[in-house]
Amino acid sequence: MTRPRTPEADRIHADFDEVWGTPPGWRALTVVNHTTIGLRFMLTGIAFFLVGGLFAMLVRAQLALPGLDVLTPELYNQAFTMHGTVMMFLFAVPIMEGLAVYLLPKMLGARDLVYPRLSAFGYWCYLFGGLILMSSVVLGVAPDTGWFMYTPLSSVPHSPGPNPDFWLIGITFAEISAVSAGVELVVAILRTRAPGMSLDRMPLYAWYILVMAMMIVVGFPPLILGSILLELERAADFAFFDVARGGDPVLWQHLFWLFGHPEVYIIFLPAAGIVSTLLPVFAQRPLVAYTPVVLAVLATGFISFALWVHHMFTVGIPQLAQAFFSAASMLVAVPTGVQVFAWLATLWLGRPLWKVPMLWLAGFLFVFVAGGLTGVMLALVPFNWQVHDTQFVVAHLHYVLVGGMFFPLVAGVYYWLPHFSGRMPSARLGRYGFWLVFVGFNLTFLVMHWTGLLGMPRRVYTYEEGLGWDLPNLVSSIGSFVMAIGVATVLIDIALHFRFGRRATANPWHADTLEWATSLPPGPYNFASLPQIDSRHPLWERDGLADEIAHGRHGLPGIAHGRRETWGVEPLSGRVREIIHLPGNTLLPFVVAVLLAVVCIGLLAKIYLLAVAFALAATAGVLRWSWENGAHPCAAPDATTPPDHPPLHSRTRDGPGLWGMNLTLLANGALYLSLLFSWFYLWTVAPAWQIPASGAARGGGLLLASTVLLTVASFALRQIVLRLARGIGAGAVGGFVAITALGLASAGLLGYALLDPRLAPTATAHDALVVFILGYSLFHCALAALATALQVGRLRAGYVGAGMPYELLVVARLWYYAAAVGWSSYAALVLFPAAWGAA
Amino acid sequence: MVAVPALGACAGPQSILDPAGPAACDAAGLWWGMFAVAVVVLLGVTATWIVGMGRRPPTLEDAREKRVVRRWIVLGGVLLPSSCIVVLLVFGIAAGRRMLPLPRAGEAPLRIDVTARQWRWEVRYGGGAALINELRLPAGRPVDVHVQSLDVIHSFWVPRLGGKIDAIPGRTNVVRLQADAAGEYRGQCAEFCGTRHALMVLRVTAMEAGEFAGWLEAASR
Repeated sequence: MTRPRTPEADRIHADFDEVWGTPPGWRALTVVNHTTIGLRFMLTGIAFFLVGGLFAMLVRAQLALPGLDVLTPELYNQAFTMHGTVMMFLFAVPIMEGLAVYLLPKMLGARDLVYPRLSAFGYWCYLFGGLILMSSVVLGVAPDTGWFMYTPLSSVPHSPGPNPDFWLIGITFAEISAVSAGVELVVAILRTRAPGMSLDRMPLYAWYILVMAMMIVVGFPPLILGSILLELERAADFAFFDVARGGDPVLWQHLFWLFGHPEVYIIFLPAAGIVSTLLPVFAQRPLVAYTPVVLAVLATGFISFALWVHHMFTVGIPQLAQAFFSAASMLVAVPTGVQVFAWLATLWLGRPLWKVPMLWLAGFLFVFVAGGLTGVMLALVPFNWQVHDTQFVVAHLHYVLVGGMFFPLVAGVYYWLPHFSGRMPSARLGRYGFWLVFVGFNLTFLVMHWTGLLGMPRRVYTYEEGLGWDLPNLVSSIGSFVMAIGVATVLIDIALHFRFGRRATANPWHADTLEWATSLPPGPYNFASLPQIDSRHPLWERDGLADEIAHGRHGLPGIAHGRRETWGVEPLSGRVREIIHLPGNTLLPFVVAVLLAVVCIGLLAKIYLLAVAFALAATAGVLRWSWENGAHPCAAPDATTPPDHPPLHSRTRDGPGLWGMNLTLLANGALYLSLLFSWFYLWTVAPAWQIPASGAARGGGLLLASTVLLTVASFALRQIVLRLARGIGAGAVGGFVAITALGLASAGLLGYALLDPRLAPTATAHDALVVFILGYSLFHCALAALATALQVGRLRAGYVGAGMPYELLVVARLWYYAAAVGWSSYAALVLFPAAWGAA
Repeated sequence: MVAVPALGACAGPQSILDPAGPAACDAAGLWWGMFAVAVVVLLGVTATWIVGMGRRPPTLEDAREKRVVRRWIVLGGVLLPSSCIVVLLVFGIAAGRRMLPLPRAGEAPLRIDVTARQWRWEVRYGGGAALINELRLPAGRPVDVHVQSLDVIHSFWVPRLGGKIDAIPGRTNVVRLQADAAGEYRGQCAEFCGTRHALMVLRVTAMEAGEFAGWLEAASR
């Protein structure tokens, strides 16, 4: 490795390795370090990419000639559904997250992400969710209703088999990893940067990931809600999407695309972040227009939430809405244009080098801009009515996703290879791979635009001769195999380089960002000491920085205390605020993920007792996990800090835990808002909306009473926590026990409301939603009560207490949230219908 | 890029680029306009990239560089896309309005009811005439197709006559089509609807007005 081999650096490395080291053998399951987790994400993502590619090859083989029988229609439907699903959910999003998980702490000058156990947990959920989905292929019951799972095709009457269940349960399980990574990346970017790295000195990649992570936090919950509703409809016959019972299949489309469009940018933004990172390095000058680019990225994030209806122009929605969504969809071309021209201007003013990563970036530019242009075309409603759901759309989305994600990803992989292996990539084989992929891709998909314009719909398993589709389909199929050979070439090139690549020198591309100040490959702690940052391009402006870091000349160089630690900074200025101490290796994330996987299997096999038992076990695992936190001796073996240093974060009042809770509640709130959206949507739009004769909202009184209890508990909790913060501990245990009891009582009231025999969730969508909304509140009452009960134990053990209210402040947020949900549910279920005149 | 059109003629029984009615003509016109602009933009941007890769410019002083950058961002990043969008919307919204099934002066559009189900089209006319997987319409007269579904979501689409509209359970959607001349056209379900989605084809025949009236009367009896 490239670490400086001085005795001093060696000794420091050995000391750090003692605390940070990743164990071999079965204990590799306990690793929580971001470098390892990031690599696991990426390797798993590549494996799923190969599987997804295989499905694509099957599809192209079947369509090569008219009337072929390579696949039966049933298998063809499974193949295209799995291709889309695997590529979107198990490749594109996770691999981009994996890269971010790997890179961000290194770029920001931190030693690890803020919630290492959560990173590990996310990875296992992703792996197990993916494997559950894959098992459906082996069992011959893979999802076959398209990757967007439109109801009623995916509902029980038309899909009686377990195929959609595998999709709904497997993907939702895997999505835990997306949301947890989203929360973690936001907090890491805002709170664990190098001292002095103010927001405007942050590498652009971090800006892109910040926006992507926020979009995940807000964008994934609608789909998660939709999946839960659809699975409830399939498993328990709840009536959410069934027109005859007052539901609406179009509601599924709204929930799906509320997620689905931001998803495109969730995939594209990190890739664009790669472009903005690599391009200046190879142009040998900083990226121009840093501020406009940051603004453009933020704007893209916002606009992308106002576009979802452009996937639904043919469902028959009002004309004004179509014009709005059409204009908004095109508007996204402006921030994208700003970025493209910032890249072009950087090349124009720099002295660019044609290295292999640059080749992939040039390919990206051509393919992505072409995809963006057809995207603007598709946003034009009258043209959309023609090409929607045709091969033209298939071509467009591959231009955007392969161009906007795969090309930059490969550029990034080549660029960061020395990081993963300590070796340099080859120059020759990499070029062959690029040209094969580029030519094969365009052969496949450029021609496919034409196939679509000639009227070929998407998702057809065969076609007749004489429609003019024979030749373009054959060309597309040949092209796809050329592309596959290209991908294989790239993978072989990368595999070979691990053995034959030239050893990398320090900072081999002469890059500007901090991840190149680690050794190659880096140790799990990244930096032996954490430098102060005073510019956007630390490695261009400070020679010898890497050496100083390795020799412990910068911040937090000691490790004798046995803590894994990194700086906590103020989000805007980057001024040091606390020392964040991080948990070490533990098997808990793996165990909890395994337990949850069994829950999923229980749901799939409809053995509900098994599911409930393992859900309880998983809850116990999570409680065990949060027991060892903050001031627990296992979390910080030695709690003393040097006199001139800030305190440990667990002795402060708004450390990363509070930030994580706020973001988690933001995600949760997005789910709840989607739920309210569903309620109001069905009230106003469902073609056969029915209000049961016995009243609009039953259990309204009980909901009100439960919410009042929650509110009282929230205020009481706040008082106790404030007293603890002032150092007054008397009466805290008794108070918490009482608050726990209030939480249980309010859960009990809601449980009683749900027992009302007049509630008939299988008879009307109205009651199905009422039950779901009440159940959602009940879940949060129980959760808040449980979390508080745990703190009673921790209070008695002395892990929280007078002057140390760290976790209690976090738990308090849960109560506020539950109370807020109670009040808005009351407004939605009782006051709104009354105002509507239906009560 | 330019070689693509050579790969296949624009004609074809389901070709968007071989329009046979006013709505389809508008959409095809929009396509050719957008295609031309897109080719220019794509080639321009790519050429700029390639030329930029080969340049070895002198380092500019800060103020000068700032001016250059601002020009790139404002002209290329903001003005180019937004002016394209404005032009597109002006043409597009007008074309979209013309396609909508709004009340119109002159002869009232003929109403045809189409019910989609796995995996066939049931076509009904006011007088009681009914067809399966076949739709007949008078040439030269606008037709309002009222589309419903009995099971899953389908999409009604006759590309040479106009855009598609989804057939959604519980709703009735309307699309206005017109065939300018008598002839045979082809339609196909465009929204994935299960195993035999690919085979859900609709034969469309436009007949001369008189001939159509005769057929309809005979079939209604």
